[in-house]
Amino acid sequence: MDYFIELLFSGLTRGAIYALIALGYTMVYGIIGLINFAHGEIYMIGAFTSFIVATILSILGFPALAIIVLAGLAAVIWSASYGYTIEKVAYKPLRHAPRLSPLISAIGMSIFLQNYVLLAQTSDFLPFPELIPDFLFMEPVAHIVGSTDLVILLTTTIVMILLTLLIKYTKIGKAMRATAQDRTMAMLVGINVNRIISVTFIIGSSLAAIGGLLIASHIGQINFYIGFIAGIKAFTAAVLGGIGSIPGAVLGSVVLGLTESFATGYVSSDYEDVFAFSLLVLILIFRPSGLLGKVDTQKV
Amino acid sequence: MKGMLNRKLIAVAAGLMMVAALPVAGLAADTIKIGVAGPHSGDLASYGLPSVNAAKLVVEKINAAGGIDGKMIELLIEDTVCKPEVATNTATKLVSDGAQIVLGGICSGATKAALPIYNNAGILVMSPSATNPALTQSGDYPNFFRTIAPDDAQAQVDVDFALNKLGYTKIAVVHDKGDYGKGFAEFAKKFLEDSGKAEVVLFEGVTPGAVDYSAIVQKIKKSGAEAVMFGGYHPEASKIISMMKKKRLDTTFISDDGVKDQTFIKVAGEDAEGAYASGPMDTSSNPLSKQAVQEHKDMFSADPGAFYENAYSAMLAMTNAVALAGSTDLAALKKVLQTEKTDTPIGAISFDEKGDAIGVGFSVYQVQDGVFVELK
Repeated sequence: MDYFIELLFSGLTRGAIYALIALGYTMVYGIIGLINFAHGEIYMIGAFTSFIVATILSILGFPALAIIVLAGLAAVIWSASYGYTIEKVAYKPLRHAPRLSPLISAIGMSIFLQNYVLLAQTSDFLPFPELIPDFLFMEPVAHIVGSTDLVILLTTTIVMILLTLLIKYTKIGKAMRATAQDRTMAMLVGINVNRIISVTFIIGSSLAAIGGLLIASHIGQINFYIGFIAGIKAFTAAVLGGIGSIPGAVLGSVVLGLTESFATGYVSSDYEDVFAFSLLVLILIFRPSGLLGKVDTQKV
Repeated sequence: MKGMLNRKLIAVAAGLMMVAALPVAGLAADTIKIGVAGPHSGDLASYGLPSVNAAKLVVEKINAAGGIDGKMIELLIEDTVCKPEVATNTATKLVSDGAQIVLGGICSGATKAALPIYNNAGILVMSPSATNPALTQSGDYPNFFRTIAPDDAQAQVDVDFALNKLGYTKIAVVHDKGDYGKGFAEFAKKFLEDSGKAEVVLFEGVTPGAVDYSAIVQKIKKSGAEAVMFGGYHPEASKIISMMKKKRLDTTFISDDGVKDQTFIKVAGEDAEGAYASGPMDTSSNPLSKQAVQEHKDMFSADPGAFYENAYSAMLAMTNAVALAGSTDLAALKKVLQTEKTDTPIGAISFDEKGDAIGVGFSVYQVQDGVFVELK
């Protein structure tokens, strides 16, 4: 039983990690129907930014809490500006091009950003400081769920709730839903569609930056390539849950995380990916638009 | 008109040179010809060229001292590009050019392809770098020797250490699914099982680059292993060892050459403290090693590259064997190599009956205060 609970929390943590990245994929897809392959790189840039800021602040002797908040803030601002710029540079000029063109542009952006960080920073692995301290009250259960795991789980839950509220009850959320439903119509009723798209990229990138900070702190190391693998898994989770749907992204991530964790625990970690992707295939056969996806989705 | 004259002059000069070259070739009949085969171009050239430099330096030194029994050594340098299909051509060419012994085969695959040709011609071959275990252990290539330890040697060293020094009986073997890591893990598993002293409680591969290793760590905990033996490289090793500490798991961590890298300690920080990793024995304090490196610096004004010292040692061992045996006959050379020790940069070496160098191999290192310390 203990073993089951350990694997359960291990899977939930993994799911929460995927969810922080998957939310950005799904939001962008929901609004403009584009799979933003550069999203994983935004996450990586968030991790690098928080690394640099946290290192500087800890040299200056700031307290732990201030370091997390300031590094997180810096990562959010920096990543959001990247997300905003990428949309303006690589996707906006292609808004009326065939659907494949922005997709290729996204892949190009992803490769560009990876190599940019490789050249501007380093190809080596960098040790990421453990930003989240070991909480004393967590010590009795630390062998099951650590302090970092707890923070990741809580953050993902809070972010998901806030995002749902934003989209359901605010003016900008309404405008987002309208843009997602029919962009031309939204324009006709006076919604500034370009602004909505920019806001979507900014929110998605900010989430990726928070993810970058938390995940890097969890793993303890970063390099220029982390965005690619994490991005692929998060994208899988988003598709599993129904791309375009926010609760779907979280559900898909948790399902994927649990599948991987239990596959490792009860079968073999050699087959972790086999189980994860078999599940994806099965779900797509029976529910082509994912667990919570809209049925009419017919995009790339 | 002037152009014509020049061309005629060149033709005459070329003709004269050819005539002049003939008697030299005639005199050279009484030399010892050593073939040097390896990748001297292409993307693996950096593995092959240091051996050429080593061969040149050793030969120059021997020839300056009057050769072996008055015979000068002549090098026949041929490129294999590390491709098996090219290596067989190279071997045929070296045999027909009259090579009597060969330094080389840098890559295991190309070496394996060329060995039968050398074997049929009765030519001794010594490689500074081909680490595939089967090359010596299969017994198919009685003419093959090497001055580097085979791939399974470090698994053996780690297993011996875990069983005999640390006295463990339950060991989890984990790898990164790559050729190198999985190969190491499979040998480790085999040696552990063959020893009869320990049980392999877990044998699994992890996915490199995964965002979280807590599930496999929980599994290691459940298996009750006293030590984890990890085959792979340092990024995964540091993630796993950090996750083990996070899950309050104090299982000993033992790993390979791919982890014995300062980056491992840099990234894993305090979590790496006490971890074990095997790596090539430290020979940098050997005076012959220092001398060989210095000779390279003087001659080529650069630091030597990969396998330089192994190649240098192979040349010394082979030329020494020729001197002692008084011929280049394969059986005579083998006998000398197996019985007589040669002082080389990698230590005083002789060879076992299969062709592996005795006394060349791996040591276990432990992370102590942020550096790898060799355990004697």
